[in-house]
Amino acid sequence: MSTETDLLYVVTSDNISPRRAAFGRMLVRASVGILFLTATTQLLFEYKLISFGFENWRPVLYAYIFWAICLCAAQVIVRGEQGKRVLFVLPAVLFVVSMVVFPLLFGLSISFSDWNLASIDGRKFNGFDNFRQMWADPFYWNALKNMIYYTLAIVIEYAIAFGLALLLNSEIRAQKFFRVTFLLPLMLSPVAVSWMVGKSMMEVRFGPLARLARWVGWEQPSFFGSPEIARATMMMMDAWTFIPFMMIMILAGLQAIPKEVQEAVKIDGASAWQSFWHVTFPLMLPISITAILIRIIFKLKIADIIINVTSGGPGGATDSVTSFIFREYRDRSNVGYGTLLAMVYLVLIVVAITIFMKLVDRWMNPRY
Amino acid sequence: MSDKQIFYDTDVDLSFRAKLLTKRMAVYGILIFWAIICLFPIYWTITTSFKLAPDVMKGNMVPWVDYLPKWKGWKSIGLSPDTIWTESTVRAEFLKRIINSAYAAVGSSTIALILGSLAAYGLSRFRYKFGFMRNPDISFFFLSQLILPPVVLALPFLVLYKELALLDTRIGLIMLYALTVLPIVIWIMRDQFASIPVELEEAALVDGLSIWKSFFTIVLPVALPGMVAAFILSLVLTWNEYFFAALLTSTDAKTLPVMVASQTGSQGINWWSMAALSGAAIFPLLIIGIVLERYIIKGMASGAVK
Repeated sequence: MSTETDLLYVVTSDNISPRRAAFGRMLVRASVGILFLTATTQLLFEYKLISFGFENWRPVLYAYIFWAICLCAAQVIVRGEQGKRVLFVLPAVLFVVSMVVFPLLFGLSISFSDWNLASIDGRKFNGFDNFRQMWADPFYWNALKNMIYYTLAIVIEYAIAFGLALLLNSEIRAQKFFRVTFLLPLMLSPVAVSWMVGKSMMEVRFGPLARLARWVGWEQPSFFGSPEIARATMMMMDAWTFIPFMMIMILAGLQAIPKEVQEAVKIDGASAWQSFWHVTFPLMLPISITAILIRIIFKLKIADIIINVTSGGPGGATDSVTSFIFREYRDRSNVGYGTLLAMVYLVLIVVAITIFMKLVDRWMNPRY
Repeated sequence: MSDKQIFYDTDVDLSFRAKLLTKRMAVYGILIFWAIICLFPIYWTITTSFKLAPDVMKGNMVPWVDYLPKWKGWKSIGLSPDTIWTESTVRAEFLKRIINSAYAAVGSSTIALILGSLAAYGLSRFRYKFGFMRNPDISFFFLSQLILPPVVLALPFLVLYKELALLDTRIGLIMLYALTVLPIVIWIMRDQFASIPVELEEAALVDGLSIWKSFFTIVLPVALPGMVAAFILSLVLTWNEYFFAALLTSTDAKTLPVMVASQTGSQGINWWSMAALSGAAIFPLLIIGIVLERYIIKGMASGAVK
């Protein structure tokens, strides 16, 4: 089946009769036939070419699920033991393909059309008009620029997370208490956080944070007044929820470093700073990069807090791409344009992350 | 050895101890400072839910010292002691949303766990070839779903679900959530299965079990802690999910975060009832976080450490 051997080698004595194999193949073909039949019926009905059909596309979905089950069953019927192995991965592959690839292709097709769900005109193909509109849309570019700022904030989050992980890893009392406490912000739903922190604690008149700011000497505290401060506030709120995440990953890495390493460093007479900068930090690099990469991926999805606290304001200063598209849909229910923006964003993300991974790879494994 | 030091009170020793003490103080100072940062918003929310309007305006902080706790906030969502046995539309609404959230979170996590564990086991034990895709490609295909921002899928799904009559249904939300947590489950479980020696199953196969039977009776029990970790982590993520729920549900399948978010805009801001609502919304996760902290950390740490 393949050039490499399986890790778990299974000896099988399958003798599948030709009738059994034929039955398996027939099962798949029959289910494809049913799927095709239901889909065409519904398509023709949709375009008013025939008078009978279903109320919605749900029966087609059932036919699709039936086909998927038949395909899985046929693997075992036709290929015996080999099929049973395929059965481990096949359901997940089918699920992801049908839930991602299919909607993505569909999304690609609607992104080149003018489609307002609120109007009765329905969908109109409009070629590259959406693309031209995007090119001239200052708010979208602004949102992209904000995403860069948001992503850069990860450096500071990483530094704080590393510091906290180092402290948690040192010999302290009540380690479990601190660990649980530091983890808690991650458990809270961003919506609740946006009310608790963004709306309640940062309320300008009597929120405790505003009080603290006045006490420190900031005369007129306003956390969402000027663009820069509003953006910094959003960064801080997002950092508050996600620092625990990086901290836990780094802590796990620190605990995996053998004790002997630290002992050797101590015997060699290194200072605390030297032992950190020349030993611990380099050892932690691979884990740090994984943590930062995952954090970037999560950061690029940031939306909940922004939608609920500022809804992009003031003047789009805190807008992320996701929250911008969300409002674009909520206000104008323009599916076509919103999808195009999302597609462009996806392409940008994939390119950026690929470059990032390539750079990291080159930096970690230099080829001389 | 006559010059063995008996009393540690020379100048050098004393300064050393003082240095150690200041270092300890600094460490605990930072730890306590950060603990306050983490806990204060929760404390503030819970205390605010027991305040009356003047208490909120004056910014009173400590219950019984600054102000007298009142049940007003909890009464407004029907969860105070004197209203808990009476009819309350707000509470009915709240419970409905909690049940929706629970369905969506548990259902999707279960689906993701089943599909993800099977796939991770297959990938860690056998070599596959789907077209041009081999094992590393298939793994990458699964994990790359993590990069996909939800906004890319949201609008196509909106249209598709409308056609399929799945808009505003729990099952539609469950399927979508299962998709979003599947890569995380596969990530954790792949690590988990890789750490289980193959000899275990080989012994089972020699004893005459089929691969599926050996998977269910031998491997699964060993991998259970990892599965619990993956399940809890996906539970947390799906319980808190807001974006898809806000777009795809309206009346029937609306989840708790959407309800909390919709309250903030309406009727000014009702401090005490909002605080009670947020408090009730974060409560289940606080419990999970405190009780099952071990598993959450295990889930997040796997993949980090190889």
